[in-house]
Amino acid sequence: MSATTVGIPDVPKPKEEKNYLNNGNTISSWLLTTDHKRIAILYLISVSFFFLVGGTAAGLVRLELTSPRGIFFENETYNKIFSLHGIVMVFFFLIPAIPAVIGNFLVPLMCGARDLAFPRMNLLSWYVFISGGSLAVLAMLLGGVDTGWTFYTPYSSLYSNTQVTLAVFGGFLAGFSSIFTGINFIVTIHKMRAPGLTWFRLPLFLWAQYATSVIIILGTPVIAITLLLLFAERVLKLGVFSPELGGDPVLFQHMFWFYSHPAVYIMILPAMGVTNEIISCFSRSRIFGYSFVAFSSLAIAGLGFLVWGHHMFVSGQSMYQGLVFSIITFLVAIPSAIKIFNWAATLYKGSIRLQTPMWYGLGFIGLFLIGGLTGLFLSSMASDVHLHDTYFVVAHFHYVMVGGTIMGYMGGLHMWWPKMTGRMYPEFLGQLSAMLVFVGFNMTFIPQFIVGYLGMPRRYHYYYLAPEFQVYNIMSTLGASVLAVGYAMPVFYLIWSLKYGRKAGPNPWHAWGLEWTTASPPPTFNFATVPIVTSEAYDYDAVSDDQHDFLREEEDAAKRAEGDVKHDFQRSEEESATKIEGEE
Amino acid sequence: MWNVPHLPFIPEQASTFAVEYDLIYWTIMALTIFFTVATCAAIAYFVAKYHHGSNADRSNPPATNHALEIAWSVIPLLMALVIFAWNAEMYVKMRVPPKNAMNIFVVGKQWMWHLQHPNGVRENNRLTVPIGVPIKLTMISQDVLHSFYVPQFRVKQDVIPGRYTMLWFEASKIGTYNLFCTEYCGTQHSEMGGYVRVVSQADYAKWLANGGDDSLPNATPVELGKAIWDRYSCGNCHGVKDTERGPSLIGMYGRKREFTDGTSAEADQVYVRDAVLYPYRKILKGYEQTMPEYSDLLNEDQVIQLSLYMKTMGETAKPAANTPAQGTNR
Repeated sequence: MSATTVGIPDVPKPKEEKNYLNNGNTISSWLLTTDHKRIAILYLISVSFFFLVGGTAAGLVRLELTSPRGIFFENETYNKIFSLHGIVMVFFFLIPAIPAVIGNFLVPLMCGARDLAFPRMNLLSWYVFISGGSLAVLAMLLGGVDTGWTFYTPYSSLYSNTQVTLAVFGGFLAGFSSIFTGINFIVTIHKMRAPGLTWFRLPLFLWAQYATSVIIILGTPVIAITLLLLFAERVLKLGVFSPELGGDPVLFQHMFWFYSHPAVYIMILPAMGVTNEIISCFSRSRIFGYSFVAFSSLAIAGLGFLVWGHHMFVSGQSMYQGLVFSIITFLVAIPSAIKIFNWAATLYKGSIRLQTPMWYGLGFIGLFLIGGLTGLFLSSMASDVHLHDTYFVVAHFHYVMVGGTIMGYMGGLHMWWPKMTGRMYPEFLGQLSAMLVFVGFNMTFIPQFIVGYLGMPRRYHYYYLAPEFQVYNIMSTLGASVLAVGYAMPVFYLIWSLKYGRKAGPNPWHAWGLEWTTASPPPTFNFATVPIVTSEAYDYDAVSDDQHDFLREEEDAAKRAEGDVKHDFQRSEEESATKIEGEE
Repeated sequence: MWNVPHLPFIPEQASTFAVEYDLIYWTIMALTIFFTVATCAAIAYFVAKYHHGSNADRSNPPATNHALEIAWSVIPLLMALVIFAWNAEMYVKMRVPPKNAMNIFVVGKQWMWHLQHPNGVRENNRLTVPIGVPIKLTMISQDVLHSFYVPQFRVKQDVIPGRYTMLWFEASKIGTYNLFCTEYCGTQHSEMGGYVRVVSQADYAKWLANGGDDSLPNATPVELGKAIWDRYSCGNCHGVKDTERGPSLIGMYGRKREFTDGTSAEADQVYVRDAVLYPYRKILKGYEQTMPEYSDLLNEDQVIQLSLYMKTMGETAKPAANTPAQGTNR
């Protein structure tokens, strides 16, 4: 198909170009596809479903907590709802969201490759994910799980009489889908980069995905073993974690957090990667301190494996262990701080446009900053003792995982939506939703910091023992309703844009990066010819900066779509040097 | 001292830890607010100044600056190390109880706290303590994980099945405070709580002498332990002298015990608990494994009582073994 556009010069009526979306419309062409872009769309639909389920559960939790004695539910039902929220959001939304949707779509495009290294394994990863997700949904339909997403033993192994076995097996399976994705990314980034795309010319999104994949393939097998042992103790009564059977319940926590702390970085690193691309594109400057930002991802991946015990300062682990885990935790905070300072410095002398992705990107920095800094309270041992397992912790990790990961995910979705679909989303609604999410998020979780410091434990259905907590819970629920509107809006306008959105053209943002040199949506094999990279990363001096490109009329964009899609930064340097268009 | 009036967003300071704790908390809070505001202000300033179309000077944009990178890595790191050291100092203090601390036993079970004072007075879901006396809680769970938390004291410790954990505090203000379970433990997790009552030392002594407000028999833990000893006829095998059937336990408490596998341990509360509940784990040198395990017969309260009774067997040096088996006082 690569030859069609050049081969037929005299056809008067422009034929609709074949791209990955219209190249086959049968159900099997989707369900048996090995095209990374179609698999990304399958993942997009799946994780959106899980986000809806998890979000609904969160809404019910917030409504229930507006009264100290609850409103709708019995204890058991409430416990199942917050467990559902945690399990679905962590294992079936936050972990896969950016790697499996945006990463799947972009890693080959950013590398200048035609697909991931192992396309069939990529498809298998989606099926494994769906199998795991189905088991989790089945567990929910058969009555639910009441252990919380952490599955602490011996409650989960010997005491809970809910559908723990099914849910654990679902999580076990979902882990393999991450491992497949991780292997695919590592091999693709190592072996399939376009000529000239050296390691230090890679977009920082790829560095982040690379670091994430390393964590995934080293960490996920540990949670698989842990869940398998839990399964063995629950079903076969094999004593591993329960003292009644000769096991040790704290051992479970060590094994669980050995994966689940690095899993936080599996969630946040890709969002940091997205933020790099957004900040750079919408300030039209190279990321300040590129190599520091790149290596900080690897530092986080490495140190992230050595801090799990900071979840266990009051668990009964030794005092000396607590000291060691605490100091390493302080060390891992530094690479995150480096990233934030470098992003702020990137804005200096840039040319900043506040489009929707930029609002999400700046929102990410603000929320992740608060999430990271409030982590200091919890990595400090004495300070953690009082705050541990209270709403302070709940607020902190939501700032990182929701304020961070979901802001990054939404920003990325908006930035690459034109690439994925060929259509622009409505800009005004996009900016409105970004602002609603930012404001609603802070309204929801700042009161939780306060009520946590006052002592409200997490996972509490009733708080009639301390009714003074109510006012903060009501404030939080009000914020959550604003947040819900902010999250719901894109669902509608993005679907609307599929049909009615303005045509995007290959590079609506005039962004740097190989993915912008091919059509939107890209053809099935991404690039007609293998691209050759001759410029540094984020070489925005070489990318033309048309003042009005965002506001351009539809026909204008369409004209560009039909025109030359070859990108400036592939051209030789002297040629691009003549093209620089100054700001003044 | 650094005392704040009771503001609605600060929990009451009711233990000796609370003041230093809050100083740490608000120091980190000040750093958090400073860095958040400073970074956001810098971003807002850059966004405003370098907004697309503004005629700010954009000549020679910097690509990187090593001195700056090192500065903003090392300065936060040094701040972090100061925070770490301060916290380490306080954490160690919170983990090592004073020698003269008064010991109260705590047993957590789904979904209730059992507390037992030195003279045997027991409470459920309520703890009465005197002001100004260091209190050490020795805690164990009957079933799943729990966590003992008093926000106004700024103390918390998980309570685990199968082993003892410890928590200490010294109440500094008379009043009634929250007691929460903070480790998720099942259906009624959020209702597994009550309150901690801090009273004057005189009131505490009076309250203890009255046997607390409990309706339970006012027996001391040692007496309750003896009743268990008798009820299970422990003396049949553990008599005045070592016999083939079993070693005498008189004076055993606090001594070194040597086992058939070559290891040894001091006979303390942890050892007694293991030896009673799981006698097959460590066999005393010169004996065979004949003792049945009591893990299904005794609850954690009773194990504590039994071990306290065994401790007195050495002190009184009086044979308790020949007392006739009797008593159902549980």
